[in-house]
Formats: sequence, C-alpha cells, structure tokens
Amino acid sequence: MIDLLRIILTPLIGAILIAATGRSPNVRETVTLLTALATFLQVAPLTPEVLAGARPALEILPVMPGVPLALQVEPLGMMFALIASFLWIVASVYSIGYMRGNKEHHQTRFYVCFSLAIAFTLGIAFAGNLFTLFLFYEALTLSTYPLVTHKGDEASMKAGRVYLGILLSTSIGLLLIGILWTYSITGSLDFVPGGIMAGKIEGPMVGLLLFLYMYGIGKAAMMPIHRWLPAAMVAPTPVSALLHAVAVVKAGVFTVVKVIVYVFGIDLLANTSSAQWLLYVSGATVIIASLVALQQDNLKRRLAYSTISQLSYVILAAAILTPISVVGAALHIAAHAFGKITLFFAAGSIYTAAHKTNVSQLDGIGRRMPWTMAAFTIGSLSMIGVPPTAGFLSKWYMLSGAMSSEAWFAVGVLILSTLLNAGYFLPIVYAAFLKPEKPLGDDHGDNHGHGHGSHGHGEAPLPIVIALCVTALGTVALFFLPGLPLELAQDLVGGTP
Amino acid sequence: MIADQLPALQVALPLIAAPFCVFLRRPLPAWGWAMAVTMACLGMAISLLLAVLHGGPISYHVGDWDPPWGIELRVDMLTAFVLVLVSGIGALVMAYARESVRAEIPSERHALFYAMYLLCLTGLLGMTITGDAFNLFVFLEISSLSTYAMVGLGKGRQALLAAYNYLILGTVGATFYVLGVGLLYMITGTLNMADLAERLPAVANTRTFVAAAGFLAVGLSLKLALFPLHKWLPPAYAHAPSVVTAFLASTATKVSLYVLIRIFVEVLAPAFRAAHLPGPLSEGDVVTILALVAMFSGSFVAIFQADAKRMLAYSSVAQIGYMVLGVSMLTVTGLSAGLVHMFNHAIIKATLFLAVGCVFLRIGSVQVKDMAGLGKRMPLTMAAFVLGGLSLIGIPGTGGFVSKWQLVMGAFEKGWWWAALLIGLSSLLAVVYVWKVVEVAYFKPAPKDAPPVKEAPISMLVPLALIALCNLFFGLQTDWSLGVARAAAASLLGGGTP
Amino acid sequence: MSWEEVIGLANYWLFILLMMIGFYMVISRGNLVKKIVGLNIFQSAVCLFYISMGVVKDGTAPILDSHFTVYTNPLPSVLILTAIVVGVATTAVGLALVVRIKEAYGTIEEDELLKIESEDGE
Repeated sequence: MIDLLRIILTPLIGAILIAATGRSPNVRETVTLLTALATFLQVAPLTPEVLAGARPALEILPVMPGVPLALQVEPLGMMFALIASFLWIVASVYSIGYMRGNKEHHQTRFYVCFSLAIAFTLGIAFAGNLFTLFLFYEALTLSTYPLVTHKGDEASMKAGRVYLGILLSTSIGLLLIGILWTYSITGSLDFVPGGIMAGKIEGPMVGLLLFLYMYGIGKAAMMPIHRWLPAAMVAPTPVSALLHAVAVVKAGVFTVVKVIVYVFGIDLLANTSSAQWLLYVSGATVIIASLVALQQDNLKRRLAYSTISQLSYVILAAAILTPISVVGAALHIAAHAFGKITLFFAAGSIYTAAHKTNVSQLDGIGRRMPWTMAAFTIGSLSMIGVPPTAGFLSKWYMLSGAMSSEAWFAVGVLILSTLLNAGYFLPIVYAAFLKPEKPLGDDHGDNHGHGHGSHGHGEAPLPIVIALCVTALGTVALFFLPGLPLELAQDLVGGTP
Repeated sequence: MIADQLPALQVALPLIAAPFCVFLRRPLPAWGWAMAVTMACLGMAISLLLAVLHGGPISYHVGDWDPPWGIELRVDMLTAFVLVLVSGIGALVMAYARESVRAEIPSERHALFYAMYLLCLTGLLGMTITGDAFNLFVFLEISSLSTYAMVGLGKGRQALLAAYNYLILGTVGATFYVLGVGLLYMITGTLNMADLAERLPAVANTRTFVAAAGFLAVGLSLKLALFPLHKWLPPAYAHAPSVVTAFLASTATKVSLYVLIRIFVEVLAPAFRAAHLPGPLSEGDVVTILALVAMFSGSFVAIFQADAKRMLAYSSVAQIGYMVLGVSMLTVTGLSAGLVHMFNHAIIKATLFLAVGCVFLRIGSVQVKDMAGLGKRMPLTMAAFVLGGLSLIGIPGTGGFVSKWQLVMGAFEKGWWWAALLIGLSSLLAVVYVWKVVEVAYFKPAPKDAPPVKEAPISMLVPLALIALCNLFFGLQTDWSLGVARAAAASLLGGGTP
Repeated sequence: MSWEEVIGLANYWLFILLMMIGFYMVISRGNLVKKIVGLNIFQSAVCLFYISMGVVKDGTAPILDSHFTVYTNPLPSVLILTAIVVGVATTAVGLALVVRIKEAYGTIEEDELLKIESEDGE
C-alpha cells in the first residue's frame, strides 16, 4: 500500500514547491490549493475500502527492532484524515483571503509550515503504531511552532515558549515514558482492537500509566496543561482555525481515543477502578474551561477556552467507556471540527474586515457582516448542541452513553456545560444582530493602529466568506447526513452499538 | 599481504605522517597531507570493520611477539565501530578545518597544528585498537599531549590557562590509570587485557584489586569528564579553536568512554562478579548516581551559560552522564544504549560545534547574545544547529531519540522507573538551552550597526550539512548504530567474543 | 599488622608518601611551575612503585649468564622507561604553556591569574 506514503508525501512535496515558488504569490497559492486538493482526492478514495473492513498498512522503515515506522488506516484515523484534508482545502482558500487582506509578512514560510503541519497531521491519522504516532506528534509540534510565532515579536516569542514548553515537556517527560513503559510490558506498540494490555498490567499501575498518557498528550489540553492553547492564539487566524481547532488539538484527542480503545482497551479500563479519575478530571475541565470562557472578552481567547472544554468532552465521552459513548467521542471530533473552524473563520473575518478582536466591540456587527455572523450563529448552535447542527448528534450519543452506563456525573457535566456554552455564545449572537452599533468613539479595542474605525466596513474578502459558508454548511450537513462519520465511528468500536 | 598489517597501519600511518606536516611547513600542503592521511585512516577503519563483520575479531601481534608477552592489537566489532567513528569524524572535521583554521590560528603555526592533529588521531585510534593495558596508557598520553597543545592554540589567552589546567588534571588522571594498571600487574603478572580478564577473578578478593579498580575508575573518569571530575572540560572546549572543540567533543570523550567500557565491562567485570565487596552501595550504584547527577548538573549549568561553546561543553558533561548511566546498567540494553548514545552524541556534538565554528568565523564571537538575527543571515548554519539541537533533545526521527529510547528501555528492564522519569526530565533541560539559542537567532533582529554577515564558505558548509543530515539518517536507519551497538554489547557481556 | 609486615612494605610506604607529597604540591601551590614540579614528583612515585615491585630479592639484572639464576623482572623497568619519556614530554608541554602564560599575563601565580581573569570578565 504505497499510496499511503504518497498521501503523506503529497503535502511534503507541496511544501517544497511552495518554498520554491515563494517569489510569486499567485503561483505559490495555486500550488497550495492544488496540493490541498490533491491530498484530499487521495485520502477520500480510501474510505470505501476502510468501511468494507480493509485496513491498508505499510511498513516504511524498520527503525528499531520491533519498532518500525509504519502506517495503517483504521476507521478513526480515516475520519480524522478526511476531516483534516477536507478542511485544509477550505482553510487554504480562507488563508489566501486572510493573509492578503491583512498584508501579513513571511507568507511563504506560513504556507510551507502549514503544509508540513498537514503532512504530519495525516501521519498521526495514519500512524500504524505508537512510535510512528509519537514521531509525527512531535513533528507537528515543531512544524507549528513557526506558525504560532509568526508575528516574530516579543509577545509571540513568549507564547511560543509556552506552546513549545508545555507540548514538548509533556510529550517527552510523560508520553514517551508511557510509550516505553507500554513497550517494556507488552513488547508491542501496535494498535490492536481491544487493546494490548489485558493481563499485562493491573491495579493502580493502570491508573498511573493512564495518567502518563493523558497528561503526556498535551495536545488534548486537559486542565491543568491547557495553557498552551490560549497562548497559541497569537498566531494568524487561519492557524488558530485549522490547527488549533482542528489538526493539532484533534490530533491530541484522536491520540487519546486511540490509546483508550486500541492500547488499553475499553474493557480493561472499565474494570479498573484506578482509571476512573479520568472521567472526573475531564468533566472538571469541561466545566472550568467553560466558566473561564465566559469571562474572556477577546473573541479568540473565548473560542480557545471553548475548544479546551469541547476537547474534554471527547475525553469525557471516551472515559465513560461504553461503546456508544466512544462513538459519541469520535463523532464529536468531526462535529467540533466543523463547528469550531467556522467560529474561528468568523473571528478572522471580523478581524480582517473591521479589525475588531473583542466581544464587547461586536454590537450590531451582524448587519454589516451578515454572512459571517450567520455562520458564527450556526457554529455557536453546534457548540451548544442545538439541532439541526452536528453538535447535537455527538452530544446525543455521549448522553445516551452516559445514561446507559449510569454515569450520572457525566450526565450532569453534559447538561451543565450545555447551559454554559449557551451562556458564552448566545450573547455574542444577540449583540451582533440585535444591539445597535456603538458610535466610533467607544472603540477601545485592539485596533493595531490601522486606523479603521467600526464604520465603513462591509463583509470580509470573498475567499473568507466562501470558506466560512462552506464550513457552516458542513456543520448543518453533518446533522442531516451523518452516515459516513457514524459508520466510521461504529466501525471503531466494532459494529453497531 | 598489506591487508594483514591493517591494524598496525591504522595507528602507524598517522604517527609516521605527523612529522611530515612539519616538514611541509606551508599551510596548504600540510592541510592536504593531513586530509589525505585521515581519509586513508577512514578507509582502513572501514575495511577493518568489514573484515570483522565477515571474519570475526582480528588479533594482531606487534613484532610477532605472541601475547601476553608482546603487545596485541585487537579489533572486534566494537573496536572497528569506534575506529570508523573517530576517523570518520576526523575526516569531516579536516575537510572543514581549512577555512576555520585559517581564520583562528596564525599561519606559521598551521603545519604544527596539523601535525598535532595527526598525533591526536594516532593516540585516539591507538587507545581504541590496543589490547594491552599499558600500551593504552602510552596512546592515551600521545592523544592527551597533542590535545593540550591544540587547546593552547585557541584565540585569547584564556586558552593557555585552560590548556594548562587540562594538562594538570589530565596527567593526574593518566597517572592514576598507570597506577591502577600497575596494581593489576602486581597480582596477575600480565598486561594483556584478555589475559587480565581471565586471571583476575582468582585474585578478586584482595585489597590490591579493589585499590586498582578505584584508581582505574578515578583516572578514566577524569579523562571522560564524568561528574564531578569534569572541571577541566568546559574551559578547554570553550577556548580551544572551533575545529579542535568539534573534534575533541565528538571523539576524545567517546574514546575515553570506550576505554572505560573495555576496562570495566570486559576486564574487571568477571572479577567483580567473583568478588564479595562490602558496603551498602556497590560501585555500580555510585556510578549510577554520579551519572544521574551529571545529567542534571550539566544541563542545569548549561542553561546559564552566555557563551555558546561553554554551554555545549556543559551539555557534553550531561550527555556523558547519559552514556555512563546506560553502561552502569550492565545489561545488554543498557550497555547498547550507552554505546549508541556515544555514537549519536558524537554526531550531535560535531554538528553543533561545527555550526558554532561557522558562526565564530563570520561574526567573531560565540556569545549567544551576539547571534541575534543569524537565522536570517546564516540560514544553513543555523538550520544545522537546530537539527543538532533537536537531536540533542531527543525528538523522534533523530539519532538522539534512538539513544534515549534505548536508555529508557534499559531503565525499565532494570525496573528503574525513576531513572526513566529522570531521563525524560533532563531532556527537557536540553530544550531550554537549545531554545535559548534558537530564540536569539530567529527572533531577535540583528543590531542596526552590525556588519553584513555572509553564510559560511562552502568548504565548511558541506561537512556541516553532511554531519547534520547524519542526525536524521541515524534516527531512521539504526542498523549501523544500534545494530552494531547491540551486537557489541551482547558480546561484551557474554564474556567471550562472537 | 605486625612490625615485620610494616617494614616489609617499606617501598610502598615510601611511594605513597612521595605520591602524596607530589599530589599535595599540585593542589596547594599557586605557582604554575611548582605545580609541574609536584606533578613530576607524583609521576616519579608511580615509577618507583613499578620498579620496586619488579625487584626480586638477591636477583640480578636480567642478563643471560650461567652464573646467575635469579633475575629481577625486567618488564616493569621497561614500562617505566616509556613512562619516563611520557613524563618528560608532559613536563615539556607544561613548561611551554607556562612560558606562554607568562608572556600573555605577565605572571604565573594562580591567584593573580584568577584576578586578571575575573577583571577580564567584567
């Protein structure tokens, strides 16, 4: 199955081409779009195979005895790869509008690192064992570092330090140790349905190993190692949108789900009391992050905390440890990806058109930017879990999973957090459409000295509007046509729950 | 048959070639000669490695005197591996040296410098290949004496003080080593290592043996710069010419580690197993603790260095801790982790010091603060530095990761989960000091009045790029590093030779 | 340990004493040349140790002759010849460095050198 390698190589080669054509922006951006398209067109045809039960695999290099660099496609990875490669196309369109609209510097570096990040994300999605996954995981951290610090000023350097510091220290200090521990007790790092640990480890050690994994996967942003995510918001918005709402953070929760399902095995964890802490910690993260989000005035920071809380939904759902809740977790990866990227696109659109970054500045903006705010509304509804959006679906599965296993704590968290989500998203929608616009003088926000007031702007550039409409539509479409992700998610737990 | 004489030629060639550098006098011919000799050594080392891989260990009897009376040169897999490493690094460094030496050493001393370099190479190769404990001392001193002279050639008068202090401590270390060997000779009547290994267990329960082991341990640790005997290393590395630092950092300490392994694992370990030593802590535990302390103290001190070379030197102290930690496990995995890290770290440090050498050539300083804006102005050099740094941290896909992986595996095998955690933690310290340089080079703009800076000349960039790519290569293809290390470790611990 | 044993090990006592004198000089002297002298004594002690351990009571120099049957072990003496050469070379390099240090700093007293260094550092 050499085409697996080709899929990952496509964006890598794209990155080289982008670097080579950096002098002429039009060619460079065409290359970006073409690469994105080519990647998606190679990922998509794999889907029927995987649904039919095939597990295409490829061993690239026998790096160390028993620890090869290997790829393998399984349902969850398939879904993740589909989401990432599809949204990359949309995000490429968006970033062209955004980067040009904001006259950002170093655009070539931006596009190169972006393609690299996608290549590594696909590598994570298709990783055939924990070693491969870890390799791409670290590569993703490093390739996104230049994107986070894109501005190159003191603030972004500090943010970059937090970003790299937390992600590297958790992965090297905990995750690597966890992986090696796993290897030393099981002699294998492969992903096997049902887990590889049954009978190899028991009692409190399971809890400890689970701790190493859950806190080692810093990208899943479980409290208290979540600080890198708000810090990463200094990056240009397309980065926040695709990477810090989709690729990077989803790589985190994707790894979490994979570890729980394929390494530990649901049954092992469900029967071990020392592994129960995960449910409570992730539940607490959901609530606390929502509460923090309520207090954020900076729109991107509010979205970042919302992401932290939504990521912990996935962990929470996986930690309920019933097949149906794991389906919910997988679905939520998809649903949140579409919803959150829409929200970030909208935030970037507002910044590009009006140079506004704070929630308190958004009064009445819905009338000037109807498309943007309509998309924002759809995204918000999905976050809250209101039909007809994708968020409803995943929450439904999570709730029924929690109910069926009588995990009342999880049920409580889900209900309470839905209220909180509504609490921090609906006021924005309300203000944007129903409040009158504030006069010019009140504009106290961060205007970056561009001299734009709140007056005299309309919608954002066309590529931006197109991109955010597509993702908003996707959010709704997922509700009505959940077939594909649902089938993949059910395949993950081995049949219809 | 010339092929039969390879083990002797391996050492004799650079030794005989060294004086010719002095006769050649002019810089260019001297460099060309040294380069050619180094390449020849590399060729011989590779053919020895191939010979060993196919035909098993080679024993060469100097002057046809049979061991244990005559001096034996022994080439097994590990020996050949280290020979290739040393001469390979030597070849790269020599290719790089032309421009760097021209900038850092007055031209009338070039020929002498190249002669010293060849002598140092002789010593290192000799230490590796010899099977005789006293002969090893002679080669040790050949390499050390030439090293003192080379360190003293550094710019600035601090280099002289560094060389002097290195000389004093190095000589004390070497003398301790001779004393240890003398005590072993007293109780066994032999100096041949293989012979010693056979005879020692019978006399392991004597005070003489314990004293000998102590003297050998302290003497070799001094040469190896194992914490707390590392004080000579940072100043020596910081003030020596860039080429010398790169060469020493990636070969001299590595050969010392090799000797430590030879003496302790091969010669003394059988006797230790036979002996009943008193005390709550065994020597092994002491070494483990020292290695752990080295890992942390070295990295920690490195963080606070303003001088990039000194920073990397302290980092070496820490990395030596990793290697010794692996060796102190005395399991196949642990020992192979030590060996593979010896190999990978040689590549890592060569990359980093060569990159710093390029920087020094262009901006005339190795202070971290002066590197502002270099990410833009010397992109290739800094890219190599970052690559080396990532490997030092142990990012997967680089050589450093493979060693760290093995080391942690070894720790788990021993049940030392705390060591596994500490290894993880101390790699994070490496992130801090590597990133300190990265941030300055890529985020701080160059000062307004800074003179324009070009990328380093091509003759320096090519070796730098080669060695930098080795970091990636050996991160993904581990047959030649880990494969050889495992086989060597298995044969060392198996008692016999494969 | 009986008196006999103590006397019997006289050569070792002497060598330990000499070695410690040398080592002490290396550590305590501030003058760089004196340090090297100390180093020489230190090395000489080891040389004596080697030679004395090869001596056989009533043995002669190892010359093949029908009159003698007991020889002193020649190997340590040979080894020490090499060690002496190494020692001389070390001394030479060390003294050469001291000369250069004197030229560069104008002093060979360690405390003064350290003072100059710390002033340089500021």
